[in-house]
Amino acid sequence: MTNADFQILLPEIVLAVFAMAALLFAVYTGKDKTAPMLTWITAAILAALAVWIGWNGEGTNAAFGGMFVDDAFSRFAKVVILIAAAAVLVMGEGYMAKRNLLRFEYPLLIALAAVGMMVMVSAGDLIALYMGLELQSLSLYVVAALRRDSVKSTEAGLKYFVLGALSSGLLLYGASLTYGFAGTTMFTGIVEAAAHDIPLGLLFGLVFILMGLAFKVSAVPFHMWTPDVYEGSPTPVTAFFATAPKMAAMGLFARVVHDAFGGVTADWGQIVALLSVASMFLGAVAAIGQRDIKRLMAYSSIAHMGFALMGLASGTEFGVQAMLIYMAIYVTMNVGTFAFILSMQRDGQAVTDIGALNQYSKTEPLKALAVLVLMFSLAGVPPMVGFFGKFYVLQAAVQADMAWLAVAGVIASVIGAFYYLRIVYFMYFGEETDPLDHAMAPAQWVFLMASAAIMVLGVVNLLGIEGPATAAAAALVN
Amino acid sequence: MVGLEQYLSVAAALLVIGIFGIFLNRKNVIILLMSIELILLAVNINLVAFSSHLGLNDLVGQIFTLFVLTVAAAEAAIGLAILVCFFRNRGTIDVEDVNVMKG
Repeated sequence: MTNADFQILLPEIVLAVFAMAALLFAVYTGKDKTAPMLTWITAAILAALAVWIGWNGEGTNAAFGGMFVDDAFSRFAKVVILIAAAAVLVMGEGYMAKRNLLRFEYPLLIALAAVGMMVMVSAGDLIALYMGLELQSLSLYVVAALRRDSVKSTEAGLKYFVLGALSSGLLLYGASLTYGFAGTTMFTGIVEAAAHDIPLGLLFGLVFILMGLAFKVSAVPFHMWTPDVYEGSPTPVTAFFATAPKMAAMGLFARVVHDAFGGVTADWGQIVALLSVASMFLGAVAAIGQRDIKRLMAYSSIAHMGFALMGLASGTEFGVQAMLIYMAIYVTMNVGTFAFILSMQRDGQAVTDIGALNQYSKTEPLKALAVLVLMFSLAGVPPMVGFFGKFYVLQAAVQADMAWLAVAGVIASVIGAFYYLRIVYFMYFGEETDPLDHAMAPAQWVFLMASAAIMVLGVVNLLGIEGPATAAAAALVN
Repeated sequence: MVGLEQYLSVAAALLVIGIFGIFLNRKNVIILLMSIELILLAVNINLVAFSSHLGLNDLVGQIFTLFVLTVAAAEAAIGLAILVCFFRNRGTIDVEDVNVMKG
């Protein structure tokens, strides 16, 4: 039993052992002097694991009596998570080093958060789910407060901690009710207990678990922490929050509703649909008044989570596929956008006000063009890849007889287009102001251009992610 | 006879007290940490009660409780560490003063 089990769990074990060994190594040697090296090594290991998992994984393997599931779905999510984490580490390194923030704990906390996320998307049991979720959350609370001497950063950490702990508590209360009324914590057992109709106790458990998960994906009405945490955290950390943890939380969401409550699609479908509509509209409307680009991206991520939830709300296999494609595209767009935000500075000082982008195209035509492509893609303007993500989730909603949800999504996306287009307007037609610095770290430039290029070139066949996404959805929904 | 219902009622009451403690409290961040602990304790009571209700062979709930206790300790440690950093910068831990960013 155990040998095969550990074989399945090997990527997680490698990453966890690396994080702990590197921690000891750094403490006993140069401390923060080792941080740049550790950042690169961690990024390399994350990327190597992504390749390993993506190419080597096959079939569905359950470890430890089904507590940990390695299937096409978890592999898809893990590859996205690991690549996003590696990309954020690489492009944030220069920013952190320049502001004296590059402590050796930073890459290791990101690695530990990645371990937590990998366990989350592979969870086949409520205990595994909770342990993965907490490993991820505890690491993220600390990185949010990484800038210890800044009021904003520590306040962001404090707010994130209190609300995150509350959401974990609610999720856990739901897990305890589910355990009590299903008689087991295994997803395979819960799905039998809730095969056709759901007992009242289990329904309460389901609702509490969904509340906790909605906090983690920052869906309305559990989104209050998002803008503050995004604004207060150091920008590379914000970039991380906007990418990998979102994919992990969405993956966990899909796993819980399909693996544990797959028999009662109608019951959770309406809750998820409600979360989806509220998130899309609040994200679209509340971002209009924002001048700070990090806060703006926070509301943008709330709106995007609404769209991803729309795919889940349909409760079908195609819905899961649409959600996965949407999330992969969303993460790619956000990596590019944050690579640009990281490079926004004037006289060496980071600026986050969108007014600073006025007339950006005059001085930096190529970068302005890349940002234009990303903004159009985020807004969902047709030729860009972002449009196809939205198209898939809308199609999933329509196929599941939720036309009203699709209509609401289209309206919200039109409203939301305003603030993306306003950034483009500032860059091309804004008033004259002090220009931003020309300098941009090579890594940031590469990620910005690569992300923008994917948004244009991916139109051909979405770079082939459709196949893996189909296989992933088929593995989850059966 | 104390049955399952009584245990669940106590746990539900603790949960509600914990949630209200977080949202109604305007004084001190430490009280927030205590409220979070209350919520986790409610969960533990639930798990142990269910575990004993489900029969002698079902230890999953009690094992789950041990995990929750461990994580709660780690969570409290991290929360207090962040709180100490916040206090150094701000000089206060009143909930009303956690307001540099308006959300």
